[in-house]
Amino acid sequence: MLLAIASIHRPGGLLVAVYLVLLLICAGAARLPVPRVLATAAVVLPFAFTLGVVSFLSGDRDRAVMVMVRGYLSSLTALLLVGSTPLPELLGGLGRLGAPAFLLQVMQFLYRYLMVLREEAGAMRDAAASRAGSVRILEFQKAAAAAGVLFARAHARAQAIHRAMVARGFDGRMPAFRHVPFRIADGIFVAVSVSLVVAARVLLV
Amino acid sequence: MSAIIQAKGLRYSYEDGTEALKGIDFELQPGETVALLGANGSGKTTFALHLNGLLKATAGSVVVDGLEVKESNLKAIRRRVGLVFQDSDNQLFMPTVLEDVAFGPLAAGMAADLAMERAQQVLEQVGMAHKAGKAPWHLSAGEKKRVAIAGILAEEPKVLVLDEPTTFLDPPGQRALAALLADLPQAKILITHDVPFAERLTDTAVFFREGRIAARNSIAAIVREFDW
Repeated sequence: MLLAIASIHRPGGLLVAVYLVLLLICAGAARLPVPRVLATAAVVLPFAFTLGVVSFLSGDRDRAVMVMVRGYLSSLTALLLVGSTPLPELLGGLGRLGAPAFLLQVMQFLYRYLMVLREEAGAMRDAAASRAGSVRILEFQKAAAAAGVLFARAHARAQAIHRAMVARGFDGRMPAFRHVPFRIADGIFVAVSVSLVVAARVLLV
Repeated sequence: MSAIIQAKGLRYSYEDGTEALKGIDFELQPGETVALLGANGSGKTTFALHLNGLLKATAGSVVVDGLEVKESNLKAIRRRVGLVFQDSDNQLFMPTVLEDVAFGPLAAGMAADLAMERAQQVLEQVGMAHKAGKAPWHLSAGEKKRVAIAGILAEEPKVLVLDEPTTFLDPPGQRALAALLADLPQAKILITHDVPFAERLTDTAVFFREGRIAARNSIAAIVREFDW
């Protein structure tokens, strides 16, 4: 789906509508809260809008529209994927598709420790606020210094995590935890969904 | 009875030249529990990291269950000595509790289904089986500590080394942890500032001071001698 969306090069209202409907059907089937998913996907719009404005000012009106449409549909597709597939299964699937093991490990650790880093950043912000009375976001110099400290803390934590992993037998390779079988139903789903996406892309634009 | 851990003349200097251990002689018998007491920076944790081969001694030796701590023995030694780190967040790095506990057995080469079965058993042992599918960061501090211990127990170690195990735990959590540890048959080394917690599990303590063992005695005697 992402490849098909990325290949849209000129505005086609029907194709966009078909893709949107396909994604919404999938979101509904996955029992995701559709209105919330639609709203969350819009988080990319300010960035896409900025690029769209640049394209518009350079005289390419079609490109300006497509940047925003592609951005929104891609965001929706990514949300659908992460919302309907637990991370271990997602990483396992990517691994079987040939994604580099190192990249998958980075994704796993990023997912695991993002919360911890956010807590550390929050603790630093609270400590600064308790000593200074308030913390203004736009104090760039202090923010840069704080980012440096946060990086140092993240580095120290990474070392501690690595030490704990080595202590438990980590030898540079993550062990395989489970084998998720590829069932007939999965094959049918892949065949039907890919056919629909490709057919729409070929026939409607 | 032969010691499960035996350190002789252990010395260690950090890269900046700081001498953290200045000749440690230490023995731990199978099933014995010993508390390591002493000020911050006195060498307790540095010593513990040698027991698992995470630090390489500048001089002296450590023997674990008859195996000298050296590169060729590290895999076997790490299965015998389980380190439970102070901050459980550093130790629980897998996406789910069950996968985290199964990490050690899998890394040791156990088949995936057996490792998962073993992890489930250990989670039941520490009372955390109902959290098997949860993400570690959704657990309380006490639950994280239990899962961290489960991850170590899954490797069936002969020695447990716990670094400040009561950090972040409330009093009920500390009592529950002490009860859990008291039921475990492994030899234990407790690195702690929490004397009442140590007294729940052992009467024996070793006092570290400036990279040396200043005394090995009952906890009460050490508290009196060093005004601890």
